Formats: sequence, structure tokens, C-alpha cells
Amino acid sequence: MTTDGSRIVVIGAGHAGGSAVALLRQYGWSGAIALIGAEPLPPYQRPPLSKAWLKGEADGDSLLLRPARFYADQRIDLRLSTRAVAIDRAERQVRLSDGAALEYAHLIISTGARPRTLSLPGADLRGVLTLRGAADADRLKAALGPGRRIAIIGGGYIGLEVAASARALGAEAVVLEREERVLARVACPVLSDFFTRYHAARGVAFELGCRIEALEGRGGAVAGVRLSDGRLVACDTVLVGVGAAADEDLARDAGLDCDGGIVVDGQARTSDPAIFAIGDCTRRPLPLYGRSFRLESVPNALEQAKQAAAAICGRPAPPPEVPWFWSDQYDIRLQIAGLPFDATETVLRGDPEAGSFAIFHLAADGTLRAVEAVSAAPEFMGGKMMIARRQRLLPERIRDTAISVKDLPA
Amino acid sequence: MPKVTYIEYNGTEHVVDVPVGTSVMRGAVDNNIPGIDADCGGECACATCHVYIEPEWFAKTGARSSQEESMLSFAAVTQDNSRLSCQIEMTAELDGLVLRMPEGQH
Repeated sequence: MTTDGSRIVVIGAGHAGGSAVALLRQYGWSGAIALIGAEPLPPYQRPPLSKAWLKGEADGDSLLLRPARFYADQRIDLRLSTRAVAIDRAERQVRLSDGAALEYAHLIISTGARPRTLSLPGADLRGVLTLRGAADADRLKAALGPGRRIAIIGGGYIGLEVAASARALGAEAVVLEREERVLARVACPVLSDFFTRYHAARGVAFELGCRIEALEGRGGAVAGVRLSDGRLVACDTVLVGVGAAADEDLARDAGLDCDGGIVVDGQARTSDPAIFAIGDCTRRPLPLYGRSFRLESVPNALEQAKQAAAAICGRPAPPPEVPWFWSDQYDIRLQIAGLPFDATETVLRGDPEAGSFAIFHLAADGTLRAVEAVSAAPEFMGGKMMIARRQRLLPERIRDTAISVKDLPA
Repeated sequence: MPKVTYIEYNGTEHVVDVPVGTSVMRGAVDNNIPGIDADCGGECACATCHVYIEPEWFAKTGARSSQEESMLSFAAVTQDNSRLSCQIEMTAELDGLVLRMPEGQH
């Protein structure tokens, strides 16, 4: 493909944007590519920020998706510490925070998501943190160590991963969760219970089903979280881990369809055929599940980066992938394949007490929709394949660990 | 610096320098060599950096861990010389390593 003279602009240098520019070159795009990143770092991996990076087990270069020299080698015009401030669709231009304007033949929006914050008294106290980028992780890391105490608001993946890392660094950690169980939005009760017990055994305290009245401070710094029952949970740092919202302002201001995420099709194309959107900022079709949804995950970012790059370079659309997620806490590896949409039955395989098990989610007709696997790689990998094939399974076979995962469909 | 030859499924060869201590997966990613997806970034969690090691090199790449073994048993078209390239760390002894990519990683 020869497209010299026409430029692709990618807004957002996270996992999605950073992968898209590399794939565009792999797929033969020879024209100009500009990658605009608000942060000072070249594209880097976010998953380690709550795990290995936070614990000091990874250095700066290992975090980068690709080495800094990569962008010059691949003739990618990487503009860091720069924001896109407006998209002019009529002129096919992106205006940047430094005053520059870049014309585009194709535009890819990969602006990601922003952590939700709390609208509570004291939410702006010093020591109240969120975790999304490397700078956030550096602030958090400086607050964790022996003698420190962190209150984590929100028992989701970020909250639990930070709790595990905090314990590894010798800090005390308490998780405050509004629901009656952790991971309430993203995992089934068996898993919630397993993780709560695993964390509690390693010194993490939990307040489940709690309401927060205010964050209280001393000298401008947070000193505790006031619960609605009047108790004060003392701490010197608060992490707010209550989810994230799509960063879709630019797209909405430009008149693109947005609905809790920039609406895209199966090729990652927005309502403007010259504009694609990929990653956490999108609401995308899930062909396997017959609906659209916003996913926050690295595999989703990569899948959509492939879709957009293939569409732009005129390659066949890549086959749809099964969504998947992972989380590492202590020595546990949680891997989730699929989403439990329309699932009516959960079947446990293996023994949580033994530390390796999986939960299979079946639709009413027995079709496998999702598998949550705890330190159970075969169940995860096999589950992912069977979900893609819309395999029907029998609960009694799933429960029988004498039958190998590969033989479950028989 | 040690060199690795990555051979795409279509036969295209890429010879690149891979620093000692870096994974063979990163050597491909850092040089934008097609054919290794590496979705999980080297955590042995996804099996999308699957490669076939040329037989004369296979023993030198070391043994598969049980996690790698489980992940590989479900990867597409595995062979006796299959490895996950994120689990092979470059050493001086691996200078000259030759490996091939499968048709796809998904």
C-alpha cells in the first residue's frame, strides 16, 4: 500500500494507541503517522502499575511497550506531554495543546478512561490518590511502606491488587467496599469469597457493605475515612478505586456518537468513517454475546488496534476474539475468559481450599459463556477456546476433575 | 550483542540483536517483527508469543515451566519444539538462535 502524503493521527499513547502505530507499520502503511500522548512517557504497560511496578520489582524500561528508539526507527512522529484539544472533522484536522494543527487522512482516538473520583467532603485532601498512570503509581509507591496505613475505597481489581502490593511493602491496608462482597461488578460470589479470605489471611482488613460519609484530615492531609455508622477508619493515604469512565469528551465535542464510550463497529470505526476509536474509550460490539459493551482490558485494546489498522490498510478484518482479563495478587493468578452475559448457571470445578479452581458460567442451553480460573491455566485456555466455539457443556462433566479440560465437550 | 533469527510463517527472515537478559519475545516486539502478538506483555498468561525453536537450538532454550506447559497445550498447532518466547531469556549461549512463527497466535 502506498499512501505517502496522507497522515494517520493517533490521539492517546496508551496500550491501544501504541499498539496501533506499530501494527500500521507491520501492515505496510508507509505514510506519516503521528502519535499524541498527554503523558511524558512513550507508550507503557499499565497492568504492572498496581503490581510489579508498585512493589519496585520492575524498572522504567521494562514498563515501556517498546523501547524509546522504536518510534524514530519506525518513522512515527511521537509527540509527548501534548494533548489534543479539538477535532475539526470538516477540515480533517486535530488541534493540539501546543497550538499545532495536524491534518489527517485517518484518525484513531485512543484516549482511554479516567478514574472516577468521589464527591465527598475531604476528597481533595493531600494523600487522596487514584491510580491510572505511572505518575499516580509513583505517588502511591511513596506512600506505602512499614508503618503506613492505606484505606482503599473500592474492592475491585485495582483495589485488591494495591492491597496485595501494600502488604508486600509492609504497609497496613483496609479495603472499604459499598457492596456486600468484593469484585461485585466483575466476578461471581465464590470468587469474591475466595479473594476476601486470601487477603484477610495476609493481613488485609475489610469493611464490606459500608457507606462513606467523608474523608477527614489533619493539616490538609488525609487522616481517616468516616463511615456512615460513625466510625473513623484511620489511615495516612486513601486510594480511590471506584472504576473509570470513558474519556470521550473530544469525540463527543466533535459530534461522534457516544454512549458511555465512543460507539464503534466491529472494525473499530466510529460514526465518521475517517475516524476510528480503540481501547477503554469505546463501546464496541461483542459478536459472541450479541450486544455492545465497554471493556477495560489490554486484550481489548490490542484487538481493536488490530481491527483499526487492518481496516485502514485494506487487510481482511481479524476474527473476533473472546474477551479476557487477568489479575495477579500474591501468588494467585486469576484469568477470566469471556463474560457471563445470559449465564444462568455457575459450576465449580476444583477446590478453592486447594488454591486452584475454576467457575464455569453456562447459558440456559448449556452454552459456555465465561470461565473464571484461579491458578488454573488449562481451564482458562480451554475455556477460552470452547467459548469461541459456543460449546455446550454438561455441569456434571465440568465438576468431574478426572475428565481433562480438553475432553469436557465429549 | 547476540543475534536471533525470526522467520515469519511466510518465510520472511528477520535477524536482529537481542540484548542478554531480554526475552526472545521482547526482541521481536521491540523490532516490530510481525507474528508474535504478546498480548499479556510477557506474563505467561496468554500464549500469543508461541514460536517453534529450530531443533538444534531447542535444548539450549531450557525447560518449559508447568505454567508454560499448560498454556502451550492449548495454543494453536503446537509441536515438540514449541515454546512461549516470553519465557526464554536471551543469553550469550543463545547467540545465533533461529526460530519460526506459527501461522497465527489466536
